[in-house]
Amino acid sequence: MSIGHTLLGLLESGPRHGYDLKRAFDEKFGHDRPLHYGQVYSTMSRLLKNGLVEVDGIEPGGGPERKRYAITDAGVTDVRQWLATPEKPEPYLQSTLYTKVVLALLTHRDAAGILDTQRSEHLRMMRILTDRKRKGDLADQLICDHALFHLEADLRWLELTAARLDRLAEAVTR
Amino acid sequence: MTAETMAPAGSLLAAHDLRKAYGPTTALDGASFSIHPGEVVAVMGPSGSGKSTLLHCLAGIVPPDSGSITYNGRELATMNDSQRSALRRSEFGFVFQFGQLVPELTCVENVALPLRLNGTGRKEAERAALTWMERLEVDDLKGKRPGEVSGGQGQRVAVARALVTNPRVLFADEPTGALDSLNGERVMELLTEAARSTNAAVVLVTHEARVAAYSDREIVVRDGKSRDMERIV
Amino acid sequence: MNVRQWSRDLAMGVRFAFTGGREGWVRLLLTGVGVGLGVALLLLTTAIPNALAARDDRADARWDLTEAWSDEKIPEARDDTLLIAGVPTTYHDTDVRGRELEPEGPKAPLPPGVAEFPAVGEMLVSPALEELLASDEGALLRERLPDRIVGTIGESGLIGPSELAFYRGGEGLSSHLDLGVVARVDGFGNPSTTSEPWDPVLLLLVLVVFVVLLMPVGVFIATAVRFGGERRDRRLAALRLIGSDSGMTRRIAAGEAFAGALLGLVLGAGFFLLGRQAAGSLEIYDISVYPGYLNPSPALAALVAVAVPAAAVLVTLFALRGVVIEPLGVVRTARPARRRLWWRLLLPVGGLALLVPMIGQGSENGEFNQYMVTGGVVLLLVGITALLPWVVETVVARLGSGAVSWQLAVRRLQVSSGSAARMVNGIAVAVAGAIALQMLFAGVEDEFTQMSRNDLTRAQMSVEVPSGVALGTVTGKFEATKGVDAVYAFGETYVGDTPGQDAERITEVTVGGCRALREVASLPSCRDGDVFAVSGGEWDEFTPELAKAGQKLWFDPDYGVEADSVAWTVPGDFKKGRSVEDPTGMKRGGFLITPGALPEEIDRLLGQKVYLGIDRSVPDAYEYVRNTAAAIDPYSDPLVWTSTERSGRFDSIRTGLLVGAACVLFLIGASLLVSQLEQLRERKKLLSALVAFGTRRRTLSLSVLWQTALPIVLGLALAVVVGLTLGTVLLKMTNVPLAVDWTGVLTMTGFGAAVVLAVTLLSLPPLLRLMRPEGLRTE
Repeated sequence: MSIGHTLLGLLESGPRHGYDLKRAFDEKFGHDRPLHYGQVYSTMSRLLKNGLVEVDGIEPGGGPERKRYAITDAGVTDVRQWLATPEKPEPYLQSTLYTKVVLALLTHRDAAGILDTQRSEHLRMMRILTDRKRKGDLADQLICDHALFHLEADLRWLELTAARLDRLAEAVTR
Repeated sequence: MTAETMAPAGSLLAAHDLRKAYGPTTALDGASFSIHPGEVVAVMGPSGSGKSTLLHCLAGIVPPDSGSITYNGRELATMNDSQRSALRRSEFGFVFQFGQLVPELTCVENVALPLRLNGTGRKEAERAALTWMERLEVDDLKGKRPGEVSGGQGQRVAVARALVTNPRVLFADEPTGALDSLNGERVMELLTEAARSTNAAVVLVTHEARVAAYSDREIVVRDGKSRDMERIV
Repeated sequence: MNVRQWSRDLAMGVRFAFTGGREGWVRLLLTGVGVGLGVALLLLTTAIPNALAARDDRADARWDLTEAWSDEKIPEARDDTLLIAGVPTTYHDTDVRGRELEPEGPKAPLPPGVAEFPAVGEMLVSPALEELLASDEGALLRERLPDRIVGTIGESGLIGPSELAFYRGGEGLSSHLDLGVVARVDGFGNPSTTSEPWDPVLLLLVLVVFVVLLMPVGVFIATAVRFGGERRDRRLAALRLIGSDSGMTRRIAAGEAFAGALLGLVLGAGFFLLGRQAAGSLEIYDISVYPGYLNPSPALAALVAVAVPAAAVLVTLFALRGVVIEPLGVVRTARPARRRLWWRLLLPVGGLALLVPMIGQGSENGEFNQYMVTGGVVLLLVGITALLPWVVETVVARLGSGAVSWQLAVRRLQVSSGSAARMVNGIAVAVAGAIALQMLFAGVEDEFTQMSRNDLTRAQMSVEVPSGVALGTVTGKFEATKGVDAVYAFGETYVGDTPGQDAERITEVTVGGCRALREVASLPSCRDGDVFAVSGGEWDEFTPELAKAGQKLWFDPDYGVEADSVAWTVPGDFKKGRSVEDPTGMKRGGFLITPGALPEEIDRLLGQKVYLGIDRSVPDAYEYVRNTAAAIDPYSDPLVWTSTERSGRFDSIRTGLLVGAACVLFLIGASLLVSQLEQLRERKKLLSALVAFGTRRRTLSLSVLWQTALPIVLGLALAVVVGLTLGTVLLKMTNVPLAVDWTGVLTMTGFGAAVVLAVTLLSLPPLLRLMRPEGLRTE
């Protein structure tokens, strides 16, 4: 999962302080694994260096934590590209996908589209597996089946998420 | 726009901007679709999204409120009910989830039924039916009634029936919906193999990814709108 | 198994029936309506004898002496006597009861339903007649009955709401007293109300009619409590799943049927009351009854109330006999054992065995054993319901496949031949019974009906005109009447060798023009003024002796009073003729006299008979003749000749049978329709799928037709066989020569076929609706 893209996404709704970003991240994505402050700081430095964010202002009182960051045009483009690119279909994708969906909702992008794109990617993979299975021996079949079932489980979760997008949108934008 | 310009080049069956409402419920709200000969296209989407309605419209079972459907360059809306029935009898095949075999006819009579409806004699129709039942590995059931065979077997009989007229388009609406994985897989394998061998196009309505994985591409229907995934990427 | 458990299970079934949700309600309602129709018909049937009895009572109460010859004649006018003349007429084949009233004193009796005597030139009419006279349709009748309408006859004076009747004021009736149309009465009502004992043959007929009508109702009720069987099966399986044993399950099922039957009783009572009201405005073959007369006897009504629910329970238990209800579904003993023929044959054979010993007892020494007759007929008819499933199964199993629609229907019937046969049982029983009865009627009718010998090619109507009107006038009036082709008017009287009552040798005299006379005899030549003596007449002894020139004879019109006798001498130049059959089929003898050869004073003494050739292409020709006849003589009642005359009583029984059979067939048609619709609804998904892959609507419609028609054709075939057998036996019992009433057979089978068509047609709209693709949507 890309912390950089996530933080960038969070910045899209408006400039924030570092500690604001950490709090928002923890609240929306870091339920059981809060972000370490050092991670925020290093990530923001990298984004700053790559020109994806800029410093919007510094609070009086000193300390590097008091910087306020804003996203640049390059940063917005980067987020969009990231959201539009399907993840490589592999098991246990949900945290990434979830992040993407929530960010899309937060930034008023087409979340259903993300799911559709992802499903398409999953199906591409599943077609390959199905084809391999059809041509392979029993061992191939069993191995492919394992992968297929996992992919299917992901997709089912995707479908469920898609079905609940409205409720999710309500929850994350509250 | 004329029908020709709306239908993508080389497509066998194409629909453009279909709208259909059942009373206050909107089932289709600007859905489009196209399929080429020999292609297997999965129609996916959540329940109630309009998948089945799209299939019914494409097959000429239900007339859409607006929009155009062309089969082989012919606009379905210009055909009357009996012409569309004749089209379904001779050019299309159908597999549904369940409830499609006539319970009092034997399996072979069920498979022969579409041919008989087209006017083929009983003997000849049943001979052809038996060939297809062999291909779907259910020829040993020929004398049994649908109530006496298992779900998977019954579904294979249904597939044989759908293919017996050598249709150009096969419509399958959740064909494995009532089957377990193994049986569903087998039905899908036999169905797609048979369709490919006859160069028939398959419109496959399903919500199961593993079933959709037998397709060449998929379109997604959501809230009555369709998304053709290939063209977006 | 104790009573408590039974009643608990039944009660649970009843509760299930009422709490089954929408679907359960529909099923309950269907059953209720079905049973209700049956109950209503049962109640109606039990009420009909009462209604007819009440009708008879009314008829008895207004009975007057003009209706029958009676010895009790009141010779003198008193202050409490009334002169009454029968002036019935006929209008468009409907009889109109008419009476002319002339009170002779202030205490003269009023007929029932009449408050005040109409004055001369006034009349009271029944409401139905009033309506008819006021309508365009009754214009011709109004010409015949021109009197001013001053009121209506009350209900107590009529035997039915649609009876046509009138009372009008009369005068000078006493001069007609001896002619048979006028009577002097001091009260109304039949003094001898003790009815004659029923003729055994009549009784047999009535018994059979009732059995034949009620049997199908029973069959129908049995069918109705099984509506929705397949869905019920699923529910029963669910009950087994949660742990009820198979006996309990059956009783719960019976309880559901019981609930339906109870509802049916309530609905039936309602239908009956509605039907009773409707019966008032209904007229069947000239018979109409007041709703108030249709009251079932309490005992019979109670019997219906008990028997119907009990039958529902028993039928259900019996029907579930071949069904194994398992927790996971209902298994009909997979391939049911092939139906056996032998025990099914026992019933009809047993029925025949009961009837055969009574063969030949009809006309001689009278009595049939009522129980044996009823039992035999019932067994024979029930035998149909036992045989039909076997016949249907056997025949359907052998049917090859033809077109797709045929194949679909045949296969369907092969799978469920039993239920198909059950549906048709009712029709088969009704038709078989009706055919047998038709035969019996056709046969017995010959015995009870004297064949009339009228020659319909020469004349189609006859009118009797009393003496006092000149022959020429009558002929002229009829010749001027619209629709009359030919008029043959004859004056008829007798001559004797001495005046008065002492004459020993008497012979007939017929007076008429040459053209008319040639209708009764072949004459060498004829001019006005000729007299002929005719030989070759029936019953003619004395003509050769009396036909001598110069023989003195006396015209003797009144056959008795010497003073009235007019002398006549046989002229010397009389000619001879040979008798031929006259228009009534009789050969006359005696003298034929042309008017010119007749003493003038005799002309007025002649009773006249006029035979009329009618041009039937003229509409209302009969009515014009009747109007002319009424104008000549108000007491004449022209006869329209038909080749036979039926006895009135048979007419009503036959009518009852036809009406009953029509009702029963209607009922059965309704139940066929209901189960057909139910079956279609259960196959909704399949129908939609069939349409999806391009099945023509025609194919499916035709298959529905075959599916209904096949069992009905088989049922009707069996019904014809059993009906003819039963009819033959019944005819033999009454010692009547055997004759098959093919029109009757055709009528009844035609009824059956009409039911098939109607059911198919009525199930088409729902079929077409179910075939719409929406059926595919539910998934």
